[in-house]
Amino acid sequence: MYVAVKGGEKAIDNAHRLLAEERRGDKEVPELGTDQIKEQLGRAVDRVMTEGSLYDPKLAALAIKQAAGDLIEAIFLIRAFRTTLPRFGYSAPLNVENMRARRRISATFKDVPGGQVLGPTFDYTHRLLDFALEAEADERGDAPFPTQTSAEVIDLPGNMPRVLAQLSREGLIEAATPGTDEDTAEVGDITRAPRTFPADRDIRLQTLTRGDEGFLLALGYSTQRGYGRTHPFAGEIRVGEVTVEFVPEELGFPIEIGEITITECEMINQFSGSATEKPKFTRGYGLGFGHVERKAMSMALVDRSLRADELGEARTAPAQDEEFVLSHSDNVEATGFVEHLKLPHYVDFQSELELVRKMRAAVDAAQDNQTDNIEAAE
Amino acid sequence: MPEQHKKDVPLDETAQRRQRWLGVFAKTPLAALEQHCAELVAEHQFHMLRTPERGLVMVRARAGGTGTQFNAGEMTVTRCSVRSPSGTTGHGYVAGRNQKHAELAAKLDAVLQELTPSQADALIDTLDDALSEAATRRQQKSATTRVDFYTMVRGDDA
Repeated sequence: MYVAVKGGEKAIDNAHRLLAEERRGDKEVPELGTDQIKEQLGRAVDRVMTEGSLYDPKLAALAIKQAAGDLIEAIFLIRAFRTTLPRFGYSAPLNVENMRARRRISATFKDVPGGQVLGPTFDYTHRLLDFALEAEADERGDAPFPTQTSAEVIDLPGNMPRVLAQLSREGLIEAATPGTDEDTAEVGDITRAPRTFPADRDIRLQTLTRGDEGFLLALGYSTQRGYGRTHPFAGEIRVGEVTVEFVPEELGFPIEIGEITITECEMINQFSGSATEKPKFTRGYGLGFGHVERKAMSMALVDRSLRADELGEARTAPAQDEEFVLSHSDNVEATGFVEHLKLPHYVDFQSELELVRKMRAAVDAAQDNQTDNIEAAE
Repeated sequence: MPEQHKKDVPLDETAQRRQRWLGVFAKTPLAALEQHCAELVAEHQFHMLRTPERGLVMVRARAGGTGTQFNAGEMTVTRCSVRSPSGTTGHGYVAGRNQKHAELAAKLDAVLQELTPSQADALIDTLDDALSEAATRRQQKSATTRVDFYTMVRGDDA
């Protein structure tokens, strides 16, 4: 247990000054601007927005700068900041069918309406360090993006049909439709009410969306290796822009308040069927702010695993245990509890020390007694 | 509980037009908005009903895109409300934390309600076209990455 301590103000101030100096690094090197972070470290910004649970690329860039690139610290800063702002309300559910996708791939169908569009991706790179990036752009002579001849200009359709919709029409996959009366029922919100178990899917998805990428990646991986296997296929992955609609009280009708970039992943998983249901595919869903593909895929795997009860599957693996998964996925909560061990625990430890000394003394005394008894018997 | 718009009740014409331009103001970058519209509001003395206020909107999504609703995470939003000299109320809601952007959107909302529909439409069309163009440019670059994979015949099947 942690007992509050006093004092140390001066040392703490100096430690923070030293931190600022270290963060700045060598003054001979130009200072990094938050706009540079936003534009050039986009995947870090996206992770901080997703796990910080706040879409604002400028703020995420600032947090990354302040945290000296420690992304969990940056996520913590964002979570703390969000508590200072009033909540205007809830948006209308995102209309992802109208996403202007810049990347859209399916690992299940080669020919999908709208086509397979790789977009900006690390896939198919050779993972060789590009030493040319060490040089300044003008020395390197970056080639501009190829200008297209008019024959090559193919517009991507504004709304590409969703890949899983096709399977759904044939009844081969469960439908993604809201349950009866669900659209009028309250949607759970873990920022307003503490989580309870068993948790519904809305609560699970909200928790997973802000969950730690590494934790969910490892859990998703564990399901692939056989700990609660779900036979997943990446049905569709999309990255693109969607508009957000909100109904301001004073207007009483929905308006678009802006555009956000999101990543979606729809996993297709096998389901063997039951006494009442024919075999069909099931779904797992992942979503995140910005371009966060690994996270969205991991989330989709874990979302599907956590539906074990609903689908009548035996819960045998960690990824199927919602209490374990949901209680340990938040890296701000996790880091808070792990890192609090650094704070002074002097009083607590003193009492443990006393206790161990007493116990050892008791053992010694008992041994002495025994020796005496043996000697006496001899 | 405020009276909320019901999906099956059609909006009146003014509301429909405001709905369109408020969306365009929110999505247009401030610099472009100032370039095209700052003149419209420069000569008016507006009364501030609500000074620009930063806040959050919780973004909702649906599992699988169309299923169960859930709260995906928040976004920053700035809002502002003004009254024009002739008494029209304007509201601005814009993503992000730019107070100038929200204020300009609110002022424009008030001023545009006082213009004739054709005047307002002309202005909005210009901004809307610029937005579409930017989106198209982005998508055209992605269109060059459209891929056709060929399935190789497996050795043991051949």
